[in-house]
Amino acid sequence: MSELSVKHLLGIKYLNKQDIDLIFETADQFKEVINRPIKKVPSLRDITIANLFFENSTRTKLSFELAEKRLSADVINFSASQSSVKKGETLIDTVNNILSMKVDMVVMRHPNPGAGVFLSKHVNASIVNAGDGAHEHPTQALLDSYSIREKLGTVKGKNVVIVGDILHSRVALSNIYALQLQGANVMVCGPKTLIPKYIKDLGVKVETNLKKALEWCDVANMLRVQNERMDISYFPTTREYTQQFGVNKELLDSLKKEIVIMHPGPINRGVEITSDVADSKQAIILDQVENGVAVRMAVIYLLASKIKQ
Amino acid sequence: MSQKVLLNSKEVNIILHRLACQLIENHDDFSETVLIGIQPRGKFLADRLAQMLKEDYKIKNVQLGQLDITFFRDDFRRGDKPLEANSTEIDFIVEDKNVVFIDDVLYTGRSIRSALTAIQSFGRPNNIELLTLIDRRFSRHLPIQPNYRGRQVDAIDNQKVKVNWIENGGEDSVYLIDK
Repeated sequence: MSELSVKHLLGIKYLNKQDIDLIFETADQFKEVINRPIKKVPSLRDITIANLFFENSTRTKLSFELAEKRLSADVINFSASQSSVKKGETLIDTVNNILSMKVDMVVMRHPNPGAGVFLSKHVNASIVNAGDGAHEHPTQALLDSYSIREKLGTVKGKNVVIVGDILHSRVALSNIYALQLQGANVMVCGPKTLIPKYIKDLGVKVETNLKKALEWCDVANMLRVQNERMDISYFPTTREYTQQFGVNKELLDSLKKEIVIMHPGPINRGVEITSDVADSKQAIILDQVENGVAVRMAVIYLLASKIKQ
Repeated sequence: MSQKVLLNSKEVNIILHRLACQLIENHDDFSETVLIGIQPRGKFLADRLAQMLKEDYKIKNVQLGQLDITFFRDDFRRGDKPLEANSTEIDFIVEDKNVVFIDDVLYTGRSIRSALTAIQSFGRPNNIELLTLIDRRFSRHLPIQPNYRGRQVDAIDNQKVKVNWIENGGEDSVYLIDK
Protein backbone atom coordinates (compact mmCIF):
# COMPACT_ATOMS: atom_id res chain seq x y z
CA MET A 1 0.00 0.00 0.00
CA SER A 2 1.83 3.05 -1.17
CA GLU A 3 -0.92 5.05 -2.76
CA LEU A 4 -3.88 6.98 -1.36
CA SER A 5 -7.30 5.48 -2.06
CA VAL A 6 -8.66 8.92 -2.99
CA LYS A 7 -7.97 11.53 -5.65
CA HIS A 8 -9.06 14.46 -3.45
CA LEU A 9 -8.82 15.16 0.26
CA LEU A 10 -12.37 16.30 0.90
CA GLY A 11 -12.72 14.98 4.43
CA ILE A 12 -11.45 12.32 6.79
CA LYS A 13 -14.76 10.52 6.20
CA TYR A 14 -13.48 9.45 2.77
CA LEU A 15 -10.15 8.06 4.01
CA ASN A 16 -9.29 4.64 5.43
CA LYS A 17 -6.74 3.63 8.07
CA GLN A 18 -4.11 2.74 5.43
CA ASP A 19 -4.40 6.21 3.93
CA ILE A 20 -3.74 7.81 7.32
CA ASP A 21 -0.77 5.50 7.97
CA LEU A 22 0.69 6.35 4.55
CA ILE A 23 0.23 10.10 5.13
CA PHE A 24 1.97 9.84 8.53
CA GLU A 25 4.87 7.74 7.22
CA THR A 26 5.40 10.24 4.40
CA ALA A 27 5.09 13.16 6.84
CA ASP A 28 7.87 11.60 8.96
CA GLN A 29 10.22 11.98 5.99
CA PHE A 30 9.08 15.54 5.30
CA LYS A 31 9.56 16.47 8.93
CA GLU A 32 13.20 15.43 8.54
CA VAL A 33 13.39 17.49 5.33
CA ILE A 34 12.07 20.69 6.94
CA ASN A 35 14.68 20.42 9.68
CA ARG A 36 17.58 20.40 7.18
CA PRO A 37 19.71 23.48 6.56
CA ILE A 38 18.02 23.65 3.13
CA LYS A 39 14.37 22.79 3.57
CA LYS A 40 13.24 22.40 0.01
CA VAL A 41 12.79 19.40 -2.31
CA PRO A 42 12.13 19.58 -6.06
CA SER A 43 9.38 16.91 -6.35
CA LEU A 44 6.50 19.15 -7.45
CA ARG A 45 8.37 21.51 -9.74
CA ASP A 46 5.90 20.86 -12.59
CA ILE A 47 2.74 21.21 -10.47
CA THR A 48 0.76 24.42 -10.01
CA ILE A 49 -1.46 24.82 -6.96
CA ALA A 50 -4.15 27.44 -6.38
CA ASN A 51 -5.00 28.38 -2.82
CA LEU A 52 -8.57 29.62 -2.83
CA PHE A 53 -9.62 31.15 0.46
CA PHE A 54 -13.24 32.25 0.52
CA GLU A 55 -12.96 32.70 4.28
CA ASN A 56 -10.30 34.28 6.46
CA SER A 57 -7.35 32.19 7.58
CA THR A 58 -3.84 32.90 8.77
CA ARG A 59 -2.29 29.69 10.04
CA THR A 60 -3.81 27.24 7.56
CA LYS A 61 -3.10 29.48 4.58
CA LEU A 62 0.51 30.08 5.59
CA SER A 63 1.02 26.42 6.40
CA PHE A 64 -0.34 25.25 3.04
CA GLU A 65 1.64 27.88 1.16
CA LEU A 66 4.84 26.94 2.94
CA ALA A 67 4.21 23.22 2.35
CA GLU A 68 3.65 23.85 -1.37
CA LYS A 69 6.74 26.01 -1.68
CA ARG A 70 8.93 23.50 0.17
CA LEU A 71 7.83 20.95 -2.43
CA SER A 72 8.78 23.43 -5.21
CA ALA A 73 5.24 23.75 -6.56
CA ASP A 74 4.16 26.97 -8.26
CA VAL A 75 1.61 28.69 -6.06
CA ILE A 76 -1.13 31.20 -6.78
CA ASN A 77 -3.18 32.74 -4.01
CA PHE A 78 -6.70 33.97 -4.15
CA SER A 79 -8.83 35.49 -1.46
CA ALA A 80 -12.50 36.13 -1.97
CA SER A 81 -12.43 39.65 -0.58
CA GLN A 82 -10.34 40.88 -3.52
CA SER A 83 -12.02 38.92 -6.29
CA SER A 84 -14.83 38.80 -8.80
CA VAL A 85 -16.85 36.71 -6.35
CA LYS A 86 -17.99 40.06 -5.05
CA LYS A 87 -19.19 40.86 -8.57
CA GLY A 88 -21.49 37.82 -8.58
CA GLU A 89 -19.38 35.08 -10.18
CA THR A 90 -20.33 31.49 -9.24
CA LEU A 91 -17.89 29.12 -7.52
CA ILE A 92 -17.61 26.81 -10.55
CA ASP A 93 -16.96 29.75 -12.88
CA THR A 94 -14.34 31.18 -10.57
CA VAL A 95 -12.53 27.87 -10.28
CA ASN A 96 -12.81 26.97 -13.97
CA ASN A 97 -11.32 30.32 -14.86
CA ILE A 98 -8.42 29.61 -12.58
CA LEU A 99 -8.04 26.06 -13.89
CA SER A 100 -7.94 27.25 -17.50
CA MET A 101 -4.63 28.79 -16.51
CA LYS A 102 -3.42 25.16 -16.16
CA VAL A 103 -3.66 24.61 -12.43
CA ASP A 104 -3.31 21.00 -11.21
CA MET A 105 -4.53 21.23 -7.64
CA VAL A 106 -6.88 23.43 -5.66
CA VAL A 107 -6.66 24.02 -1.92
CA MET A 108 -9.92 25.56 -0.85
CA ARG A 109 -11.45 27.03 2.29
CA HIS A 110 -15.11 27.93 1.98
CA PRO A 111 -17.81 29.01 4.45
CA ASN A 112 -20.33 26.51 3.05
CA PRO A 113 -20.24 22.85 4.14
CA GLY A 114 -19.77 20.51 1.18
CA ALA A 115 -18.17 23.13 -1.07
CA GLY A 116 -15.18 20.84 -1.70
CA VAL A 117 -17.33 17.83 -2.58
CA PHE A 118 -19.44 19.99 -4.91
CA LEU A 119 -16.37 21.35 -6.65
CA SER A 120 -14.76 17.92 -7.04
CA LYS A 121 -17.78 16.82 -9.09
CA HIS A 122 -17.57 19.73 -11.48
CA VAL A 123 -13.93 20.52 -12.11
CA ASN A 124 -10.96 18.53 -13.28
CA ALA A 125 -8.32 19.04 -10.57
CA SER A 126 -7.33 17.52 -7.24
CA ILE A 127 -9.18 19.28 -4.45
CA VAL A 128 -7.85 19.65 -0.90
CA ASN A 129 -10.42 20.83 1.62
CA ALA A 130 -8.85 23.42 3.91
CA GLY A 131 -12.07 23.80 5.90
CA ASP A 132 -15.67 23.90 4.65
CA GLY A 133 -17.97 25.73 7.05
CA ALA A 134 -18.71 23.71 10.17
CA HIS A 135 -18.21 20.42 8.29
CA GLU A 136 -14.62 19.15 7.99
CA HIS A 137 -11.03 20.37 8.25
CA PRO A 138 -9.16 17.19 7.35
CA THR A 139 -5.56 18.45 7.41
CA GLN A 140 -6.06 19.87 10.91
CA ALA A 141 -7.33 16.51 12.15
CA LEU A 142 -4.40 14.74 10.49
CA LEU A 143 -1.84 17.03 12.08
CA ASP A 144 -3.58 16.69 15.46
CA SER A 145 -3.39 12.89 15.29
CA TYR A 146 0.17 13.09 13.98
CA SER A 147 1.12 15.25 16.98
CA ILE A 148 -0.50 12.80 19.41
CA ARG A 149 1.34 9.93 17.71
CA GLU A 150 4.61 11.86 18.01
CA LYS A 151 4.05 12.73 21.68
CA LEU A 152 2.56 9.47 22.95
CA GLY A 153 3.90 6.96 20.43
CA THR A 154 0.50 5.87 19.18
CA VAL A 155 -3.06 7.08 18.86
CA LYS A 156 -4.60 3.64 19.32
CA GLY A 157 -6.27 3.14 22.68
CA LYS A 158 -5.74 6.72 23.84
CA ASN A 159 -8.54 8.71 25.42
CA VAL A 160 -9.01 12.04 23.71
CA VAL A 161 -11.45 14.72 24.79
CA ILE A 162 -12.44 17.60 22.52
CA VAL A 163 -13.51 20.53 24.66
CA GLY A 164 -15.53 23.59 23.71
CA ASP A 165 -17.68 24.68 20.81
CA ILE A 166 -18.36 21.34 19.12
CA LEU A 167 -21.45 22.62 17.32
CA HIS A 168 -19.64 25.11 15.09
CA SER A 169 -16.38 23.22 14.80
CA ARG A 170 -15.11 21.53 11.64
CA VAL A 171 -12.01 20.56 13.60
CA ALA A 172 -14.14 18.50 16.00
CA LEU A 173 -15.89 16.44 13.31
CA SER A 174 -12.69 15.71 11.37
CA ASN A 175 -10.90 14.83 14.60
CA ILE A 176 -13.66 12.43 15.66
CA TYR A 177 -13.42 10.57 12.33
CA ALA A 178 -9.61 10.52 12.34
CA LEU A 179 -9.21 9.43 15.96
CA GLN A 180 -11.82 6.68 15.67
CA LEU A 181 -10.20 5.33 12.48
CA GLN A 182 -6.99 4.94 14.46
CA GLY A 183 -8.66 3.24 17.40
CA ALA A 184 -8.76 6.09 19.94
CA ASN A 185 -11.65 6.68 22.35
CA VAL A 186 -13.25 10.06 21.81
CA MET A 187 -15.26 12.25 24.18
CA VAL A 188 -16.69 15.69 23.58
CA CYS A 189 -17.16 18.15 26.42
CA GLY A 190 -18.83 21.55 26.44
CA PRO A 191 -22.00 23.41 27.29
CA LYS A 192 -25.08 21.45 26.19
CA THR A 193 -26.03 24.25 23.83
CA LEU A 194 -22.77 23.79 21.91
CA ILE A 195 -22.97 20.01 21.57
CA PRO A 196 -24.89 18.72 18.54
CA LYS A 197 -27.99 16.74 19.51
CA TYR A 198 -27.15 13.49 17.71
CA ILE A 199 -23.39 13.44 18.20
CA LYS A 200 -23.63 10.22 20.26
CA ASP A 201 -24.57 8.46 17.01
CA LEU A 202 -20.95 8.92 15.94
CA GLY A 203 -19.92 6.72 18.85
CA VAL A 204 -18.43 9.42 21.04
CA LYS A 205 -18.94 9.95 24.76
CA VAL A 206 -20.55 13.20 25.89
CA GLU A 207 -19.61 14.93 29.13
CA THR A 208 -20.60 18.33 30.45
CA ASN A 209 -18.31 18.32 33.49
CA LEU A 210 -14.82 19.43 32.45
CA LYS A 211 -13.07 18.02 35.53
CA LYS A 212 -14.51 14.54 34.91
CA ALA A 213 -13.56 14.75 31.24
CA LEU A 214 -9.97 15.70 32.06
CA GLU A 215 -9.67 12.91 34.61
CA TRP A 216 -10.71 10.42 31.93
CA CYS A 217 -8.48 11.62 29.11
CA ASP A 218 -4.84 11.33 27.98
CA VAL A 219 -5.17 14.26 25.59
CA ALA A 220 -7.40 17.34 25.71
CA ASN A 221 -7.95 19.23 22.48
CA MET A 222 -9.23 22.69 23.42
CA LEU A 223 -11.35 24.43 20.80
CA ARG A 224 -12.00 28.10 20.40
CA VAL A 225 -15.49 29.52 20.91
CA GLN A 226 -16.45 30.58 17.40
CA ASN A 227 -18.26 33.81 18.14
CA GLU A 228 -18.33 34.71 14.45
CA ARG A 229 -20.55 31.72 13.67
CA MET A 230 -22.97 32.31 16.54
CA ASP A 231 -26.26 33.81 15.48
CA ILE A 232 -27.80 33.55 18.96
CA SER A 233 -26.38 33.49 22.48
CA TYR A 234 -25.33 29.95 23.45
CA PHE A 235 -24.06 30.75 26.95
CA PRO A 236 -24.68 33.69 29.29
CA THR A 237 -21.24 35.34 29.40
CA THR A 238 -17.67 34.59 28.38
CA ARG A 239 -16.72 34.75 32.06
CA GLU A 240 -19.20 32.01 32.92
CA TYR A 241 -17.96 29.88 29.98
CA THR A 242 -14.40 30.23 31.24
CA GLN A 243 -15.41 29.23 34.77
CA GLN A 244 -17.09 26.06 33.51
CA PHE A 245 -14.98 25.05 30.50
CA GLY A 246 -11.70 26.95 30.69
CA VAL A 247 -8.54 25.00 31.53
CA ASN A 248 -6.17 26.58 34.04
CA LYS A 249 -3.05 25.45 35.87
CA GLU A 250 -4.83 24.66 39.16
CA LEU A 251 -7.26 22.39 37.39
CA LEU A 252 -4.45 20.53 35.61
CA ASP A 253 -2.42 20.22 38.83
CA SER A 254 -5.43 18.75 40.62
CA LEU A 255 -5.44 15.78 38.19
CA LYS A 256 -3.58 12.64 39.20
CA LYS A 257 -1.74 12.42 35.85
CA GLU A 258 -0.14 14.68 33.29
CA ILE A 259 -2.30 15.11 30.22
CA VAL A 260 -1.37 16.55 26.84
CA ILE A 261 -2.97 19.87 25.91
CA MET A 262 -3.66 20.70 22.28
CA HIS A 263 -5.24 23.69 20.57
CA PRO A 264 -5.80 24.21 16.83
CA GLY A 265 -5.44 27.98 17.21
CA PRO A 266 -6.09 30.84 17.25
CA ILE A 267 -6.08 30.83 21.06
CA ASN A 268 -8.30 33.13 23.06
CA ARG A 269 -5.95 33.37 26.02
CA GLY A 270 -7.86 33.49 29.27
CA VAL A 271 -11.05 32.08 27.72
CA GLU A 272 -10.74 28.37 26.84
CA ILE A 273 -7.17 28.11 28.13
CA THR A 274 -5.04 30.31 30.38
CA SER A 275 -1.64 31.65 29.34
CA ASP A 276 0.33 29.54 31.83
CA VAL A 277 -1.27 26.37 30.41
CA ALA A 278 -0.78 27.43 26.79
CA ASP A 279 2.92 28.07 27.44
CA SER A 280 3.48 25.03 29.66
CA LYS A 281 5.41 21.85 28.82
CA GLN A 282 2.18 19.90 28.66
CA ALA A 283 0.96 22.00 25.72
CA ILE A 284 2.08 20.87 22.25
CA ILE A 285 0.41 23.76 20.44
CA LEU A 286 3.52 24.92 18.59
CA ASP A 287 4.50 21.33 17.73
CA GLN A 288 1.10 21.08 16.07
CA VAL A 289 1.96 24.08 13.91
CA GLU A 290 5.32 22.61 12.89
CA ASN A 291 3.77 19.22 12.16
CA GLY A 292 1.09 20.98 10.12
CA VAL A 293 3.63 21.83 7.43
CA ALA A 294 5.02 18.27 7.28
CA VAL A 295 1.55 16.68 7.17
CA ARG A 296 0.36 19.07 4.46
CA MET A 297 3.51 18.37 2.43
CA ALA A 298 2.68 14.66 2.69
CA VAL A 299 -0.95 15.15 1.63
CA ILE A 300 -0.02 17.35 -1.34
CA TYR A 301 2.84 15.05 -2.40
CA LEU A 302 0.66 11.92 -2.27
CA LEU A 303 -2.25 13.55 -4.12
CA ALA A 304 0.10 15.05 -6.73
CA SER A 305 1.62 11.63 -7.40
CA LYS A 306 -1.85 10.58 -8.63
CA ILE A 307 -2.05 13.39 -11.20
CA LYS A 308 -1.07 11.74 -14.45
CA GLN A 309 1.04 13.62 -16.94
CA MET B 1 13.18 -16.60 -15.55
CA SER B 2 16.77 -17.81 -15.38
CA GLN B 3 19.46 -16.54 -13.10
CA LYS B 4 23.23 -16.69 -13.02
CA VAL B 5 25.55 -16.13 -10.08
CA LEU B 6 27.84 -13.15 -10.71
CA LEU B 7 29.48 -13.10 -7.28
CA ASN B 8 29.28 -15.58 -4.42
CA SER B 9 29.72 -14.73 -0.77
CA LYS B 10 33.50 -15.30 -0.78
CA GLU B 11 33.97 -13.08 -3.81
CA VAL B 12 31.77 -10.36 -2.30
CA ASN B 13 33.94 -10.46 0.83
CA ILE B 14 37.18 -10.13 -1.14
CA ILE B 15 35.77 -7.23 -3.14
CA LEU B 16 34.57 -5.44 0.01
CA HIS B 17 38.05 -5.68 1.50
CA ARG B 18 39.58 -4.32 -1.70
CA LEU B 19 37.10 -1.41 -1.78
CA ALA B 20 37.82 -0.66 1.90
CA CYS B 21 41.57 -0.58 1.17
CA GLN B 22 41.06 1.68 -1.84
CA LEU B 23 39.05 4.07 0.35
CA ILE B 24 41.82 4.11 2.98
CA GLU B 25 44.39 4.79 0.26
CA ASN B 26 42.56 7.98 -0.73
CA HIS B 27 41.04 9.07 2.56
CA ASP B 28 43.70 8.25 5.13
CA ASP B 29 42.15 8.48 8.62
CA PHE B 30 38.71 9.59 7.35
CA SER B 31 38.80 12.75 9.48
CA GLU B 32 37.51 14.84 6.56
CA THR B 33 35.45 12.10 4.92
CA VAL B 34 31.85 11.02 5.26
CA LEU B 35 30.26 7.89 3.82
CA ILE B 36 26.72 8.25 2.51
CA GLY B 37 24.64 5.18 1.64
CA ILE B 38 22.00 5.80 -1.00
CA GLN B 39 18.63 4.51 0.23
CA PRO B 40 17.17 1.98 0.03
CA ARG B 41 19.71 -0.56 -1.25
CA GLY B 42 22.97 1.28 -0.79
CA LYS B 43 22.39 1.21 2.97
CA PHE B 44 23.49 -2.40 3.36
CA LEU B 45 26.74 -1.90 1.46
CA ALA B 46 27.49 1.34 3.31
CA ASP B 47 26.82 -0.26 6.70
CA ARG B 48 29.06 -3.21 5.82
CA LEU B 49 31.95 -1.06 4.57
CA ALA B 50 31.77 1.22 7.61
CA GLN B 51 31.81 -1.77 9.93
CA MET B 52 34.77 -3.27 8.04
CA LEU B 53 36.74 -0.01 8.19
CA LYS B 54 36.17 0.23 11.95
CA GLU B 55 36.73 -3.38 12.92
CA ASP B 56 39.21 -4.79 10.40
CA TYR B 57 41.19 -1.67 9.60
CA LYS B 58 40.90 0.14 12.96
CA ILE B 59 39.72 3.44 11.52
CA LYS B 60 38.20 5.34 14.43
CA ASN B 61 36.29 8.23 12.88
CA VAL B 62 34.06 6.71 10.25
CA GLN B 63 31.08 9.01 9.78
CA LEU B 64 28.19 7.23 8.12
CA GLY B 65 24.86 8.58 6.89
CA GLN B 66 21.96 7.35 4.77
CA LEU B 67 20.44 9.57 2.10
CA ASP B 68 16.96 9.12 0.68
CA ILE B 69 16.60 10.54 -2.82
CA THR B 70 12.86 9.96 -3.36
CA PHE B 71 11.87 13.63 -3.34
CA PHE B 72 14.72 14.50 -5.71
CA ARG B 73 14.03 11.88 -8.37
CA ASP B 74 13.26 12.95 -11.92
CA ASP B 75 10.55 10.33 -12.56
CA PHE B 76 7.88 11.60 -10.13
CA ARG B 77 4.42 11.02 -11.74
CA ARG B 78 6.08 9.30 -14.70
CA GLY B 79 6.01 5.64 -13.69
CA ASP B 80 3.15 3.27 -12.94
CA LYS B 81 4.08 2.87 -9.31
CA PRO B 82 4.14 5.75 -6.82
CA LEU B 83 7.53 6.57 -5.31
CA GLU B 84 7.88 5.43 -1.72
CA ALA B 85 10.05 7.45 0.61
CA ASN B 86 12.73 6.00 2.90
CA SER B 87 14.42 7.61 5.82
CA THR B 88 17.35 9.98 5.65
CA GLU B 89 19.77 9.81 8.56
CA ILE B 90 22.49 12.42 8.27
CA ASP B 91 23.25 13.97 11.65
CA PHE B 92 26.27 15.95 10.52
CA ILE B 93 26.96 18.75 8.04
CA VAL B 94 28.81 17.85 4.86
CA GLU B 95 30.22 21.36 4.36
CA ASP B 96 33.82 21.08 3.09
CA LYS B 97 33.85 17.30 3.64
CA ASN B 98 34.89 14.64 1.18
CA VAL B 99 31.69 12.74 0.50
CA VAL B 100 31.63 9.15 -0.75
CA PHE B 101 28.27 8.01 -2.15
CA ILE B 102 27.76 4.28 -1.76
CA ASP B 103 25.23 2.30 -3.81
CA ASP B 104 24.95 -1.37 -4.74
CA VAL B 105 24.34 -1.12 -8.50
CA LEU B 106 25.15 1.74 -10.86
CA TYR B 107 22.80 1.49 -13.84
CA THR B 108 21.39 4.59 -15.59
CA GLY B 109 23.08 7.04 -13.22
CA ARG B 110 19.78 8.83 -12.50
CA SER B 111 19.76 7.91 -8.79
CA ILE B 112 23.22 9.38 -8.42
CA ARG B 113 22.10 12.54 -10.25
CA SER B 114 19.29 12.83 -7.69
CA ALA B 115 21.70 12.19 -4.83
CA LEU B 116 24.01 14.94 -6.09
CA THR B 117 21.11 17.39 -5.78
CA ALA B 118 19.82 15.98 -2.50
CA ILE B 119 23.16 16.19 -0.70
CA GLN B 120 23.26 19.95 -1.30
CA SER B 121 20.57 20.30 1.40
CA PHE B 122 23.27 19.37 3.92
CA GLY B 123 25.93 21.82 2.81
CA ARG B 124 28.57 22.22 0.08
CA PRO B 125 30.93 19.25 0.08
CA ASN B 126 34.57 19.65 -0.84
CA ASN B 127 34.19 16.84 -3.36
CA ILE B 128 31.98 13.86 -4.03
CA GLU B 129 33.07 10.37 -5.07
CA LEU B 130 31.04 7.34 -6.00
CA LEU B 131 31.55 3.76 -4.84
CA THR B 132 29.46 0.99 -6.32
CA LEU B 133 29.57 -2.78 -5.96
CA ILE B 134 28.31 -3.47 -9.47
CA ASP B 135 28.85 -1.17 -12.43
CA ARG B 136 26.50 -1.99 -15.31
CA ARG B 137 28.56 -0.87 -18.26
CA PHE B 138 27.03 0.65 -21.45
CA SER B 139 23.70 1.48 -19.78
CA ARG B 140 24.23 5.01 -18.57
CA HIS B 141 21.74 7.79 -19.36
CA LEU B 142 23.99 10.43 -17.82
CA PRO B 143 27.73 11.15 -17.79
CA ILE B 144 28.34 9.55 -14.38
CA GLN B 145 31.09 7.02 -13.59
CA PRO B 146 32.15 5.39 -10.32
CA ASN B 147 35.47 6.18 -8.61
CA TYR B 148 35.51 2.77 -6.94
CA ARG B 149 33.85 -0.26 -8.49
CA GLY B 150 33.53 -3.81 -7.25
CA ARG B 151 32.80 -5.57 -10.51
CA GLN B 152 31.97 -4.32 -13.98
CA VAL B 153 29.11 -6.17 -15.65
CA ASP B 154 27.73 -6.19 -19.17
CA ALA B 155 24.01 -6.69 -18.91
CA ILE B 156 21.26 -5.94 -21.41
CA ASP B 157 18.19 -3.90 -20.58
CA ASN B 158 15.83 -6.78 -19.87
CA GLN B 159 18.23 -8.30 -17.38
CA LYS B 160 18.30 -7.34 -13.72
CA VAL B 161 21.23 -7.36 -11.35
CA LYS B 162 20.16 -8.40 -7.86
CA VAL B 163 22.38 -7.92 -4.83
CA ASN B 164 21.55 -9.91 -1.69
CA TRP B 165 22.92 -9.30 1.78
CA ILE B 166 22.76 -11.35 4.98
CA GLU B 167 21.12 -8.31 6.63
CA ASN B 168 18.48 -8.40 3.90
CA GLY B 169 17.46 -11.98 4.61
CA GLY B 170 19.69 -13.78 2.14
CA GLU B 171 23.38 -14.61 1.87
CA ASP B 172 25.92 -12.22 0.36
CA SER B 173 25.64 -12.75 -3.39
CA VAL B 174 25.00 -11.05 -6.71
CA TYR B 175 22.76 -12.56 -9.40
CA LEU B 176 22.10 -11.69 -13.02
CA ILE B 177 18.43 -12.40 -13.69
CA ASP B 178 16.70 -12.64 -17.08
CA LYS B 179 13.31 -11.00 -16.66
